[in-house]
Amino acid sequence: MKKLTKFFLVCCSVLASVPILADTAESAGRSDLNLRQGVTDISQQVYDLHMLMFWICVGIAVIVFGVMFVSIIRHRKSRGVKPANFHESVKVEIAWTVAPFIILVLMAIPAAQTLIAMEDTSESDLTILVTGSQWKWEYKYMDSGINYFSNLATQREQINNKFAKGENYLLEVDRPLVIPTGQKVRFLITSDDVIHSWWVPDFAVKKDANPGFINEAWTMVNEPGVYRGQCAELCGKDHGFMPIVVIAKSPDDYAMWRDEKLEAIAQAQAEEERLLAMNMSMDDLMENGQKVYMAKCAACHMPNGEGLPGVFPAIKGSNIALNDQPKHIDILLNGVTGTAMQSFSKQLTLSEIAAVITYQRNAWGNNTGDVVQAKDIHAVANGN
Amino acid sequence: MSTATDTLEHDAHHDDHHHGPAKGIKRWLFTTNHKDIGTLYLWFSFIMFLTGGAMAMVIRAELFQPGLQIVDPNFFNQMTTVHGLIMVFGAVMPAFTGLANWLIPMMIGAPDMALPRMNNWSFWILPFAFAILISSLFLPGGGPAFGWTFYAPLSTTYSTDSTALFVFSVHIMGISSIMGAINVVVTIWNMRAPGMTWMKMPMFVWTWLITAFLLIAVMPVLAGVVTMVLTDKYFGTSFFDAAGGGDPVMFQHIFWFFGHPEVYIMILPAFGIISHIIPTFARKPLFGYASMVYATASIALLSFIVWAHHMFTTGMPVAAEMFFMFATMLISVPTGVKVFNWVATMWRGSMTFEVPMLFAIAFVVLFTIGGLSGLMLAITPVDFQYHDTYFVVAHFHYVLVSGAVFSIMAAAYYWLPKWTGVMFDTTLAKWHFWCSLISVNLLFFPMHFVGLAGMPRRIPDYALQFADFNQWISVGGFAFGLSQLIFLALLIKACRHKGEPVSDQVWDGAEGLEWEIPSPAPYHTFDTPPVVK
Repeated sequence: MKKLTKFFLVCCSVLASVPILADTAESAGRSDLNLRQGVTDISQQVYDLHMLMFWICVGIAVIVFGVMFVSIIRHRKSRGVKPANFHESVKVEIAWTVAPFIILVLMAIPAAQTLIAMEDTSESDLTILVTGSQWKWEYKYMDSGINYFSNLATQREQINNKFAKGENYLLEVDRPLVIPTGQKVRFLITSDDVIHSWWVPDFAVKKDANPGFINEAWTMVNEPGVYRGQCAELCGKDHGFMPIVVIAKSPDDYAMWRDEKLEAIAQAQAEEERLLAMNMSMDDLMENGQKVYMAKCAACHMPNGEGLPGVFPAIKGSNIALNDQPKHIDILLNGVTGTAMQSFSKQLTLSEIAAVITYQRNAWGNNTGDVVQAKDIHAVANGN
Repeated sequence: MSTATDTLEHDAHHDDHHHGPAKGIKRWLFTTNHKDIGTLYLWFSFIMFLTGGAMAMVIRAELFQPGLQIVDPNFFNQMTTVHGLIMVFGAVMPAFTGLANWLIPMMIGAPDMALPRMNNWSFWILPFAFAILISSLFLPGGGPAFGWTFYAPLSTTYSTDSTALFVFSVHIMGISSIMGAINVVVTIWNMRAPGMTWMKMPMFVWTWLITAFLLIAVMPVLAGVVTMVLTDKYFGTSFFDAAGGGDPVMFQHIFWFFGHPEVYIMILPAFGIISHIIPTFARKPLFGYASMVYATASIALLSFIVWAHHMFTTGMPVAAEMFFMFATMLISVPTGVKVFNWVATMWRGSMTFEVPMLFAIAFVVLFTIGGLSGLMLAITPVDFQYHDTYFVVAHFHYVLVSGAVFSIMAAAYYWLPKWTGVMFDTTLAKWHFWCSLISVNLLFFPMHFVGLAGMPRRIPDYALQFADFNQWISVGGFAFGLSQLIFLALLIKACRHKGEPVSDQVWDGAEGLEWEIPSPAPYHTFDTPPVVK
């Protein structure tokens, strides 16, 4: 039985060495073994609670397993031990019912204090509406009205092992959320379709995005930096591919970013107006449309337009893509209620929608020859 | 106990009253014999264990490296979903029902289960349930891909039509469990041998009685919630759809009101098994029998008021979060009592370490590790960080695999000689134990690390920082899967009665009515009840 004892000793020492290893990794800013301390006062408190719990559990394990192993080593038949015959002791049993209870009360007090602080979303400086949808996040700054979608930026070729994987593989987005440091930022969290969960480990914030309901969370980041997280609730096929990136900037830098962003939005609107009056060539539409399709549509309808039978419908050879152009535009603009097809009117510009519809009506043998322009979309969107 | 022996001799003179088992397939199709049905359940459970295990191998193969290599994300989600459903409803629960069938009548001195025809029925609908579930994987769009917890609206509006088959299959599983549970309650209540008062019942019988009440209480809740999923998807109701006045979080409340007691359904009988094996091989009576019974009952009662600890991130009011945190922490008190009692049973015993005892000791250690990580998960503020990460996956696999499954293996090794009349191949059994023990820890221990470092569960691909540990985990997974083939070989050998014949008592320190009947246990036992003093 030496083997058994030895193995368990190894187990125990592995368990005990966890925080030691974690300490060395932390100097590099992030741990591959342990919870991270994060960059907010709350995340630090959570980390401290975690370590407190961990050490209490290690203590309990050492005592219980220690007694057990002493017994396994000493009280064995092969050593000629005669068994004792005791089988109850009210005193001992009361002791080991009451003692754990006291330990629990001691744990519960700091846990409750941290919990109350975490759930106090009052007196925030900035409110951001976070909306999950399959499989991207939308951020809306309630004060300035800045509103944009944040998509996975990792190339498909990296996921399919054709290109080498980058440093932030699966943890990079096209447009990160930007927040100021030192200010209390309140998040209103909801969803457009299924349940998602918005999680940034460095803030110790994880809150479900429930369709039709709004949850609240908050953070106050101490240090500028880039913080990465992921969706934490199974939300369908690409659940593993909807990361979160938050950039915390000093209040001055944040204000600068906000002004630039507002200006860029104004410019984009002007550009949109200009494009409305223009007719684009078929080649331009197809080229632009393919880009949009690969970025927004291919996850479900597949790069070859054939969809996933039984899950996501094919566009290749579909009646709507071949014959019913008004319906096609309507679906892109408004989505299809009761299905995974979402509205793209906020995610894409009119010219992008025009391009992708043209692409869908002419790619993969859907050779309708239809050319759809931004003004056609504009007409449908405004009901004429 | 001379009475039992008398009874058996008495039996021998009346053999003409009995028919032995029927021949061929009819024996198994039409059997009402608790031992036959127990055997059917146990083999079914083992086949499902290997099937669900094969799916786990697909999961681990895909996660061996970052990037998508073997399966697409949609199929990956089907694998995690069906793996969970098969292991919970197809492997662990039927294994315990099989053990209940074999053992409860023999332990309480009853001739059979109280409702033998229903017993046959409750087994034979199970293969159909799982045939339906597994066949749904071959539909266009594949099988259920929303996780075994089937959260709405992913399982309603956003699911494929395999949902209908999933719901039907869960209904059948539920009916089977309820019938099995009713049978256990009625048998224990009415058919105990004279003199076997409540507080003389063996621990396995006690834990199963409490488990059966849990099953009867919560399986209808599961049936209700799957029906609501069905009507939301197909009949225009809006239980879980805010647009029609419903609430997706209500799904989770109903599901976990079933789901948390379900967790204890899968562990209480394990507590019973361990409470038999440790005293036998410590050659010392179970320490604190009465407190064991009370602890089991307390755990069962508490299991009804802790369900929302699975839902801390759903946005409950802070008062509710605190209530569920405190209630959950309380569960560690009776669970602790159980572990302390087992250790106290070993203390100053005269221990030997046959294979059932090895599994029982591994159970105590590894289940306790799972229990301690459970205590950490109870702390709401920290749970926000743990929730839906591999830390949770590590936690529930420690309590379910190295907990429940190890206890089932311990039980199989402990009672197998009684069932077959021969000692199993101890060399193979030791190989099975050590390979399983090492690989199960290689498989599940590093999951704690990747979970804490931030890897969410149910993802087919992951960031590069998790790559090394995932490789180790996959290696552990393959090794654990292969180790079970040793068990298969051993079981086939034992069922063909290859091995040394054993005595009636089999194990030196074994006590209880089941050790007083011959080995192998005759087809009919206790036609006349023994008297328990």
